[in-house]
Amino acid sequence: MRYSALSLAWNALTGHRGWRPAWRDADPKDEYDIVIVGGGGHGLATAYYLAKEHGLRRVAVLEKSWIGSGNVGRNTTIVRSNYLLPENIRFYEFSMKLWERLEQDLNYNAMVSQRGVLNLYHSDAQRDAFARRGNAMRLGGVDAELLDREAVRRLYPFLDFDHARFPIQGGLLQRRGGTVRHDAVAWGYARGASDRGVDIVQNCEVTGIIVEGGRAAGVETTRGRIRAKKIGLAVAGNTSRLGEMAGLRLPIESHVLQAFVTEAVKPLIDGVITFGAGHFYVSQSDKGGLVFGGDLDGYGSYAARGNLPTVEDVCEGGMALMPMIGRLRILRSWGGIVDMSMDGSPIIDRTPVDGLYLNGGWCYGGFKATPASGWCFAHLLAKGEPHPAAAGFRLDRFATGHLLDEKGQGATPNLH
Amino acid sequence: MRIACPYCGERDAHEFTVRGEARAGTLESDPGREFARVYERANPAGPTREFWYHGAGCRSWLVVERDTRSHAILSVAYAKASQ
Ligand SMILES: Cc1cc2nc3c(=O)[nH]c(=O)nc-3n(C[C@H](O)[C@H](O)[C@H](O)COP(=O)(O)OP(=O)(O)OC[C@H]3O[C@@H](n4cnc5c(N)ncnc54)[C@H](O)[C@@H]3O)c2cc1C
Ligand SMILES: [Zn+2]
Repeated sequence: MRYSALSLAWNALTGHRGWRPAWRDADPKDEYDIVIVGGGGHGLATAYYLAKEHGLRRVAVLEKSWIGSGNVGRNTTIVRSNYLLPENIRFYEFSMKLWERLEQDLNYNAMVSQRGVLNLYHSDAQRDAFARRGNAMRLGGVDAELLDREAVRRLYPFLDFDHARFPIQGGLLQRRGGTVRHDAVAWGYARGASDRGVDIVQNCEVTGIIVEGGRAAGVETTRGRIRAKKIGLAVAGNTSRLGEMAGLRLPIESHVLQAFVTEAVKPLIDGVITFGAGHFYVSQSDKGGLVFGGDLDGYGSYAARGNLPTVEDVCEGGMALMPMIGRLRILRSWGGIVDMSMDGSPIIDRTPVDGLYLNGGWCYGGFKATPASGWCFAHLLAKGEPHPAAAGFRLDRFATGHLLDEKGQGATPNLH
Repeated sequence: MRIACPYCGERDAHEFTVRGEARAGTLESDPGREFARVYERANPAGPTREFWYHGAGCRSWLVVERDTRSHAILSVAYAKASQ
């Protein structure tokens, strides 16, 4: 299906009966060269780049539910590359560059909006840390501006600058950061992959990984056995479950992260704001709702819904930052299961099982990584060698000590 | 989510802080086993045992057995007693 101003007008006049599915809902074949498990953003992007950049067509994406039912359709759509460590700066900036040309590449409107991401600071120590981060970003070729209090006030005059405990001193701004329509990312990659011959198989849960002579040889699914030369896992919160099917014990914990959206209001927040003293961040969707979130609930979970103490914490953060938010009603809240790694950074690597490849550990921030993750995972699957932009994201770094711990929290996944 | 502290009775989860999977606290002398203790997790979808701290109550460390699929709490005991 292709879209144009003409097809939009025509369908508007004819009761919208002319729209066709954007991609093929394929039935599984018995065998593929490469099987990707998980039809989220990362799995679909991987399949797209396998087909487009490496010319591989005998590829399937197996999704246990419908594509986009996981975190790719549950996140708060923020993209940014404001990291501190060189490995993360390199990778996330690569991702940001791919976002900047994604819509032309896919010929699909993903509503990429570089509206700016502002991280507020509330103390001298935090300012110094942000200055350091901003300098690291600029050394890595990323845009960063350190704003003082008056510059923040010009952007967002309604914030509570004189909060008794957490007065706003300034902020670190990445203007190229912003938001992207998350569902459209899944659909755009799905269409691009499907058009190039990739089978997108929905309602197909992988229940086992077939290992023959130490080599992955295929998967058992609820729609039958599928053989494959290579298998790539991109299942976010279910990474440990899939790893277990191949006998792996992974450095990952699954946690629930909640998000919220309010009733729609007139344009109020034209960027993304994060509260540096608590756990709250907010942006406004094009429909007008304030989309916001905060911290993990903190306990291991596969339930995809959280509890009230976190709701209260997040809303308290919102009230501390912009008290007028208390006048809005929350329309919906939801949760997603995120794959927290032991150092807060992701893994794109081979596994000890030959032919089995892992893409996981995205924590609460893997949406922004979607294009680069797909690009680098496809590179690894096609060539057997890590892509330079993701070479630090090794599975064995926890054993060798080459951790990528942005915050220096140690092996406490619920604090990253 | 409400947790039945053996000392305080049933209390709101807000009063507690979770520490994570209830693992042995003693160092392993074998580096491979120590690596596994620090970094690897079972991360089950189902019953799991975690350390929780009743900070806004009796300040006991507890071992809470909980189903990660439903958040149902299956048992609560003092961490000391379960060592
Ligand atoms: C509330 C919330 C807010 C977030 N906000 C942001 C944000 O603002 N910015 C940001 O960068 N990141 C954010 N994230 C994180 C981001 O959404 C994830 O890191 C990212 O989407 C994970 O990659 P994915 O899209 O491939 O995952 P998913 O969409 O979860 O894809 C994994 C897929 O695997 C499937 N699957 C699982 N098990 C099996 C199986 N056995 N067989 C077949 N299929 C299986 C699942 O059904 C799922 O569709 C947020 C996450 C949450 C939950
Ligand atoms: Zn108690």
